[in-house]
Amino acid sequence: MIPGVASDFSNDWLWVSLIKAVLIVVFLLTSVLFAIWFERKVVARMQVRPGPNWHGPFGLLQSLADAMKLLLKEDVNVTRADRIVYLLAPMISVFCALLVFAVIPFGPEVTIPFTEYTTPAQLTDFPVAVLYVLACASMGVYGIVLGGWSSGSTYPLLGSVRSTAQVISYELAMGLSLVSVFIMAGSMSTSQIVASQTSIWWFLPLLPAFVVYVISMIGETNRLPFDLPEAEGELVSGYMTEYSSMKFAWFFLAEYINMLNVSAVATTLFLGGWRAPWPLSAVNDGMFNTGWWPVLWFLAKLWLVMFVFVWVRGTLLRLRYDQFMSFGWKVLIPVALAWVVVLSVFQYLGLAGVTRTQLITGVAVAAVVVIALLWLWPDRKGAAAKEAAGSGPPGAPHRPAGEFDAFADGFPVPPLPGQALPPSPRARRHVMQASEVPGAPAAPPSAVDRSEETR
Amino acid sequence: MTASGAEAALFWVLAPLMVLAALGLLFARKAVHAAVCVMFVMVGLAILYVAQEAPFLGVVQVVVYTGAVMMLFLFVLMLVGVDAADSLTETIKGQRWVGVLLGLGLVVVLLGVIAQATFPPAVGLAEANAVTNPVALARVLLGDYVLAMEVVGVLLVTAALAGLVLTHRRRLSVRPTQRVLAAARVAALPQGRTLTPLPAPGVYAQNNAMDTPALGPDGEPLPHSVPRVLRIRGQERSATAVLAEEETLVARDDLRLIGVGPTSGEAVPAPVGLVETTSGASPGSTTGGTGTTGEDEDGGVR
Repeated sequence: MIPGVASDFSNDWLWVSLIKAVLIVVFLLTSVLFAIWFERKVVARMQVRPGPNWHGPFGLLQSLADAMKLLLKEDVNVTRADRIVYLLAPMISVFCALLVFAVIPFGPEVTIPFTEYTTPAQLTDFPVAVLYVLACASMGVYGIVLGGWSSGSTYPLLGSVRSTAQVISYELAMGLSLVSVFIMAGSMSTSQIVASQTSIWWFLPLLPAFVVYVISMIGETNRLPFDLPEAEGELVSGYMTEYSSMKFAWFFLAEYINMLNVSAVATTLFLGGWRAPWPLSAVNDGMFNTGWWPVLWFLAKLWLVMFVFVWVRGTLLRLRYDQFMSFGWKVLIPVALAWVVVLSVFQYLGLAGVTRTQLITGVAVAAVVVIALLWLWPDRKGAAAKEAAGSGPPGAPHRPAGEFDAFADGFPVPPLPGQALPPSPRARRHVMQASEVPGAPAAPPSAVDRSEETR
Repeated sequence: MTASGAEAALFWVLAPLMVLAALGLLFARKAVHAAVCVMFVMVGLAILYVAQEAPFLGVVQVVVYTGAVMMLFLFVLMLVGVDAADSLTETIKGQRWVGVLLGLGLVVVLLGVIAQATFPPAVGLAEANAVTNPVALARVLLGDYVLAMEVVGVLLVTAALAGLVLTHRRRLSVRPTQRVLAAARVAALPQGRTLTPLPAPGVYAQNNAMDTPALGPDGEPLPHSVPRVLRIRGQERSATAVLAEEETLVARDDLRLIGVGPTSGEAVPAPVGLVETTSGASPGSTTGGTGTTGEDEDGGVR
């Protein structure tokens, strides 16, 4: 039994750990295949089109077909690439992505069917398990950075530089948001954190930290709207522009495994891990929190977070790079830091013997004071805007009626009441054509026109 | 004190590799290769820390040093690109001798400290880690050595602030906001500028290369859809030529379908060089458009 860890791994022999590790890898690979299908199907639904529906039932085998295609494609090596690093980069990406699930608890102690053998549904756990997850994530960035550099090409280098800056900045916000969970749970081991969420899941009391985590996890995995390292409009495909075939597939795999990783961390740290949702958790004296049921809840929550990924992707537009960085440094990190400070103060007060009612009264009084101050604060911006609206802009003279300037003050404007639009040249053309050849058959279309119609 | 079998095996596998990587740092030709070697040494060190029951130290080593510090080093190396052509002449006089002197001083100080230091008897890992490794570390760092921690923290914050101040440049003019830029674009409309980006080159059934202009909504080719460089070099193809070629091909296909055959030359005079152009252009352009990235598997917008 490891001190500071809720699960008991003392029964696990080497071969048990080995089987668990193999199961995790199999789970991740199949989940990635499913995640690609899931993402394409959900985004397609959001864009009112069917999505992949040809291979297998509901198009489920589409990603398998894509993977086969990638395997069989030609492996192009760029001449100017740095061969060793070029090959090493996708490997680093995938290996680091595969490591994270080792500390994610799928459930509590489970009994292997047809035996008496019980073991935690988790490969391993130690007192700094969540920091280990962060370490794996920060190692995984090397794959992107080295891949971009070793391609010996401009766009990949730009993509990898962006990725470095992005991941370092968003990892800070992510780490700070995780700190509040450590403070509340009093531990950094994943099984202990899940055990601490028996009464309430942390995303409710720690809502600001949860919001910061969700934003920074999207930034950390380079997903839309934060996929600036591979922004197609600007960088072709970013750091993986020069990669093809299986090497590209490894980057692709790492990206989706990373999505699963951060979703699993969100589930474990904020959404109660494998615990059943509230009405079900009370059924039959907590029946749904024992045996194999928790695996179901864990997977359901995991895919809920994955759905959020897809939802965000289908809804939001890519940010501009400077906006994205200033958002990370000027909004996310200060908010996360302030929240950690506030939480630590509350924890300290709680330890110092201040009761909960006193705390709540204090917070309410402070909130009232702040709201009153905000209410009474002179609104300089609003006053200025009101003044401007009252006097009107000086450079806007009244135009005589009937004379229409389509570009008044340099802006395309519609006609004001009393002004008439000039006749449209296209409308006149139609009128003239109709008046010149009344009732005549249409002229045979030229070669150019016809070729357009046939396509 | 002897290590357990697994730990010894881990050490004897990792240690030679780490030594090799450390030598790689010294002898690697490219700076990035040296950085990768350092990265490997750091990760190996972290694994050894964890094996020696110091999981917090090991993980923090990876998060802080490998993940952040080394990443910044790599960042600079990639952007600056350290070459062998760098000048090795001294810019500050006597720099080398001062450096040697300071190094010797450090050695003397360290030797003195190490010779003077007396350690209390070891309490053993089990007792040190009784309240879990991170908690025990926290008690030592934030209890016994809290002043030293605070001083180091202040020093680091000062250094970071100094870095910010030294690299700060005062902006001489007002920074144009997005709104101002948009207004300027609109104001330039009467001068013939466009609001939108320039149109992309044309995409035709047999040709989507950069040298063919796109057709506007009125069916006229848009010359500014071809990159300016190609236009100046005179490497632009006319849209009419592309369309006429495709038209000929379609007509040939139609004739073949009704059984006339492609060789009946009078009906369809195939222009000389047509076959070469199309076969040369279309496979190249299709691979350029879809084949290289494989991003199409992704399906939708990204």
